Amino acid sequence: MENITIKINGMDVSAPAGSTILEAARLAQVEIPTLCFLKDTNEIAACRLCTVEINGGRLAASCVYPINPGLEVKTNTPSLREYRKKTLQLILSNHDRSCLSCVRSGNCELQTLCKEMGVDADDYFDGDKTPSVLDESAAHMVRDNSKCILCRRCTAVCEKVQGIGVIGPNDRGFATFIGSAFDMGLGETSCVSCGQCIAVCPTGALYEKSSIDEVAAAIADPAKHVIVQTAPSVRAALGEEFDYPIGTNVEGKMAAALRRLGFDKIFDTNFSADLTIMEEAHEFIERVQHGGVLPMITSCSPGWVKYCEHYFPDMTENLSSCKSPQQMFGAIAKSYYAEKMGIKPEDIVSVSIMPCTAKKFEIGRDDQDANGVADVDYSLTTRELARMIKQAGIRFNNLPDEEFDAPLGIYSGAGVIFGATGGVMEAALRTAVETLTGEELKKLDFTDVRGTEGIKEATYHVGDMDVKVAVASGLGNARDLLNKVKSGEADYHFIEIMGCPGGCVNGGGQPQQPGYVRNTTDIRTLRAKVLYDTDAAAPIRKSHENPAIKELYATYLGEPGSEKAHHLLHTSYVKRSINNN
Amino acid sequence: MTCKKQGVQFSGTKEQEIALKEMISQLKDTKGSLMPIMQKAQDIYGYLPIEVQTIISDETGIPLEKIYGVATFYAQFALQPKGKYQVSVCLGTACYVKGSGDIFHKIEDILGITNGECTPDGKFSLDSCRCVGACGLAPVMMVNGEVYGRLTVDDVPGILAKYE
Repeated sequence: MENITIKINGMDVSAPAGSTILEAARLAQVEIPTLCFLKDTNEIAACRLCTVEINGGRLAASCVYPINPGLEVKTNTPSLREYRKKTLQLILSNHDRSCLSCVRSGNCELQTLCKEMGVDADDYFDGDKTPSVLDESAAHMVRDNSKCILCRRCTAVCEKVQGIGVIGPNDRGFATFIGSAFDMGLGETSCVSCGQCIAVCPTGALYEKSSIDEVAAAIADPAKHVIVQTAPSVRAALGEEFDYPIGTNVEGKMAAALRRLGFDKIFDTNFSADLTIMEEAHEFIERVQHGGVLPMITSCSPGWVKYCEHYFPDMTENLSSCKSPQQMFGAIAKSYYAEKMGIKPEDIVSVSIMPCTAKKFEIGRDDQDANGVADVDYSLTTRELARMIKQAGIRFNNLPDEEFDAPLGIYSGAGVIFGATGGVMEAALRTAVETLTGEELKKLDFTDVRGTEGIKEATYHVGDMDVKVAVASGLGNARDLLNKVKSGEADYHFIEIMGCPGGCVNGGGQPQQPGYVRNTTDIRTLRAKVLYDTDAAAPIRKSHENPAIKELYATYLGEPGSEKAHHLLHTSYVKRSINNN
Repeated sequence: MTCKKQGVQFSGTKEQEIALKEMISQLKDTKGSLMPIMQKAQDIYGYLPIEVQTIISDETGIPLEKIYGVATFYAQFALQPKGKYQVSVCLGTACYVKGSGDIFHKIEDILGITNGECTPDGKFSLDSCRCVGACGLAPVMMVNGEVYGRLTVDDVPGILAKYE
């Protein structure tokens, strides 16, 4: 593309035509402050923090202003600094400034900018304030509009990326607030609990409903056997909370930290990801060979499952009946493991660490209590785990690398890649192809289904059949893909769908990165690389070769799809609607 | 489904629903048709309760929240029906300095509703308005067009009682 030269703070800067001033300034290593801007998602120039002076004094919002030849830009004049300060003061004038105890203190984008601009929390413009009314109606999150700056990142990601739109600006003027239709609580809407709104919120207005205190109490109770499982993606992102670069694998330190937090056993959801593959591959082969409903669609992502129930209720039969790895783990922990250890299921407290907020909703679903007690008792996000580690005074960065416990901590490379979009498909194909053909795969990498594109397609020749597969991540992409299936435009056999764009590595429970990092860094790819690297280096890369899984079937479950497996590892779905819940 | 901004029982008819759906099917494929659809829906029902907005959402695929956001942004859209007796209080400058704010609050207290709302029995609705051209009589309120002037807060219960 053609380049255009402009002047930024007196220096020539050359940037591709079509760039905004904000993007051109980045090429000159100048980061103009923003609060509302999210590339391709929320480009509305609402917060006015990115205002710059152009051509000798006119003000322009740099996030949306396209460069033109000869443009002269100043990003840091005394009057601009004063302007930005005043803008922040006005935002603070209607902001609950209880920063000390705020969940976002330390990584709040508003707080950071105030610090940089020298704006303190004084009462500059005292007057009316939006009252702090917490919406706690949803299972997974809390909204506190007294900390909302109306940047609309959350509503943009909900509507444009996820295709849902259950939150938006209501009312007008000073009374404007982000909420749901007819002021319903979020829990009464068709919100799917994906938590992408939390991931993009610059302040403490949105946060997960925390179960840290309940988990800490269980650990402190000597009568309880408290076990923990960690999802594949957690190890790929937890380090960000402790100043490691994005894409650092902290699996060993995480296991060490969990042990020091006092959990009785440190297990891994990767184990039950392998188990999921055993059941799901079996179910897929059954459906193909016996005329079952196709395409079969994965059911690991509870945000996707709820979306399907609300928005495609006529397709719930396409969902695999397999529970998610989190729930399979819980069901096995309170049956097989409980029997092995001689512990009553009701004395086990099963905790999960997830990159996900929808998992908090999933643990309370019907038909997720195979042993008469909840499969999983508490589901914490990656962020909550980081908070627990900090509260406990554990020096995470100095910890040694430790191992998970056996047997529910043993996994294959196939289980690890569940966290990236396409990973479940790839893991399932490794097992399904070998099962169908009876031959060993020469090449284990199904690279067509890797990468962060929203929709991926591939066809694999397996035995005497062409298996057509598709992978979608992000619910807007899922909607587009399913509409193609419904219209007959596409005929797949097997579809993987993950609720969050890029899959679990970019889940709503992962560490929050500020807007400028999200806009300039491919976070999903960096985190996914951790998982693919782990897979590539794993001695065992196929779920059906995981020795712990083999033993589980040999000594307890029998065959995949057995009656016992069905009772413990499969679930049911409900049909919901969009507007009448 | 709970709904905070809903006081009066919805009493839409089958004919209204048919007219609404017919109108939506004609307009929905036109870009930017949400506002006209909402305006015409209000012509049919007189206001836009959750039942009507839900039909608009189901028929157009536009999220209910987006419709509600538009409905609460523009003053032209009403979420509540008008009552049998429409009470309005002038909050224009002359009436306001003569204490019409207190009159307004007194009516709110007696009827248990606030600006733009209707009592659950459908009898009274309350709106604030700007100058009605009777500044000489300030402060002024009206009930179905009947003007009451030179009011004090103590006059309010008696006036409302006439319509009970």
